Amino acid sequence: MKCLVTGGNVKVLGKAVHSLSRIGDELYLEPLEDGLSLRTVNSSRSAYACFLFAPLFFQQYQVATPDQDPARCKVLMKSFLSVFRSLAMLEKTVEKCCISLNGRSSRLVVQLHCKYGVRKIHNLSFQDCESLQAVFDPASCSHVLRAPARVLGEAVLPFPPALAEVTLGVVRGPRVILRSYLEEEEAVTAGVLRPMVTEMSLREEDFQELQAQEGVAITFCLKEFRGLLSFAESTNLSLSIHFDVPGRPAIFTVEDSLLDGHFVLATLSEPDSQPQGLGTPQLPAPPLQAPSTPHLDDFTSDDIDSFMIAMETTVGSDASRAQLPPSLSPGPQPPCSPDSNSEEAEPSTVPGTPPPKKFRSLFFGSILAPAYSPQGPSPVLAEDSEGEG
Amino acid sequence: MPLLTQHLPGDDEQYSLVASLDNVRNLSTVLKAIHFQDHATCFATVNGIKVTVEKAKCVQANAFIQAEIFQEFKVQEESVTFRINLGVLLDCLSIFGSSPMPGTFTALRMCYQGYGHPLMLFLEEGGVVTVCKINTQEPEDTLDFDFCSTNVINKVILQSEGLREAFSELDMTSDVLQITMSPEKPYFRLSTYGNAGSAHLDYPKDSDLMEAFHCNETQVNRYKISLLKPSTKALVLSCKVSIRTDNRGFLSLQYMIRNEDGQISFVEYYCCPDEEEVSKSEP
Repeated sequence: MKCLVTGGNVKVLGKAVHSLSRIGDELYLEPLEDGLSLRTVNSSRSAYACFLFAPLFFQQYQVATPDQDPARCKVLMKSFLSVFRSLAMLEKTVEKCCISLNGRSSRLVVQLHCKYGVRKIHNLSFQDCESLQAVFDPASCSHVLRAPARVLGEAVLPFPPALAEVTLGVVRGPRVILRSYLEEEEAVTAGVLRPMVTEMSLREEDFQELQAQEGVAITFCLKEFRGLLSFAESTNLSLSIHFDVPGRPAIFTVEDSLLDGHFVLATLSEPDSQPQGLGTPQLPAPPLQAPSTPHLDDFTSDDIDSFMIAMETTVGSDASRAQLPPSLSPGPQPPCSPDSNSEEAEPSTVPGTPPPKKFRSLFFGSILAPAYSPQGPSPVLAEDSEGEG
Repeated sequence: MPLLTQHLPGDDEQYSLVASLDNVRNLSTVLKAIHFQDHATCFATVNGIKVTVEKAKCVQANAFIQAEIFQEFKVQEESVTFRINLGVLLDCLSIFGSSPMPGTFTALRMCYQGYGHPLMLFLEEGGVVTVCKINTQEPEDTLDFDFCSTNVINKVILQSEGLREAFSELDMTSDVLQITMSPEKPYFRLSTYGNAGSAHLDYPKDSDLMEAFHCNETQVNRYKISLLKPSTKALVLSCKVSIRTDNRGFLSLQYMIRNEDGQISFVEYYCCPDEEEVSKSEP
């Protein structure tokens, strides 16, 4: 495999790597006939991202020489990112970037040809791997939003950097709202007074496409979304959001003739409206139709103290919580909780047993959902990480 | 300034070293470039002050501040030597803040009476004077790297901007930085061998960044990256850097630093090569 990127496209490639690095620790590089694909999945498999750079994106694109196996590899995200670390430098000094994969030397070689004849050669070690592929289909999603990345980028700008999740909903007007999502326990421990809820409201005119019923709302992770947004903003593309009912993965896409990017993010299965409602009483009722049973079962952003409080204030669901070590969740990172894959056995629809975690693995989710169900027998849609990175 | 120039007009004889400076940053900037250890040895002669910092008996940094940088510079003895805590000295020099408002300068008058006495600093900004006394310590012998220009095998002079980014992005998972200098390709190459693989940075000899290229034979030497990393501080401040290796593989890095008044000072790093044999496995 050999491909040559020149001029401004080097920065585009670098930007893409930066946004992928917000998701996974490993980067899957696969040269395909229709372009070079860069993919990653996060450790809890609740977020998947894929960029495909068309052959025309490159000055030269060669999938494989005839005697070679189709090359495919995975590298540590950190080491690949280090090649493209400084975007300002990429823009200022790098003239050409050549990526080649040579099975014989067992190295992924990235060469940067810089100004003044300086040349940087990175020989990265890699692992062979299976193809990473998530099963998703934007066409099957009933709701679609499309807007210039700048509009969405400005809309998420006011949210605090530490905010984990954001709720996107369509309300009467129609208007699209983006609201900071607060864990119920955050609200409880703070006595409902401290948390600040930020809400941005966008008009229909801001969108290039808006096909969604009033009242729909999904909650997803902001960090990954920001990653794709910053890519889309830098390339001046518009961003489409395909989504369905809460709990089903949302698909974020950018597309032009030379590249496309897909980010598939898990959404919270049951948005709990109660504290949100208290925080923003002016909010129209429909956007977050949540079941009335309150759960205090998410301790995704807890320190020990709030965990203890949760233990005390919840009656009845202690058992499910007690299985989980309290130290698992040091930060507000719900989708990264290491046990999300094990949740599959728990059907979230059984009444009275709230799911221990709200984010389910999106791959698993896509298997469960009949609409997505692939006919093939293999339940493994994404290759298991091979232990060692 | 007026305050300082009036200061102790008749007392100068009692001091073995008196130096005054209109803009203290002309001194502190250069000292920051070698501040990777707190223990520094100062030598003052009529030519100026040399401040030396060492680490692990393997690396030595020298900052030279010529007498011309100072508005007043008097040394009563042939040479004056003392050891001082560089961190404390730098803290005192920036006692009015390290990033002052543009156009305001802190003036300095520095006096040292001799062995056993503290170093006295009088700093003045906007009519406010701060007096600092820093205890000096017993001077220790510094290493003699015996780096002699007649033994130099290879030498390149680069514009610092070409190296700055390379040094700030060095793969710190690599133990060593390997420097290849050669009259043949790759001419001048920096290599690291880290967890994620190897990285090479090549500078052709006809590059615009290359001010001078005098390489006589191919040398491949490895230096502990942890010892060279502190020199990034000097690199960032400098406009040019001269890189030399001698017949034993010792490395000399000389940084030319231009201060706010356009005067030149020098900072020099010496580093001894890593003992381990260079493996030939990696091309």
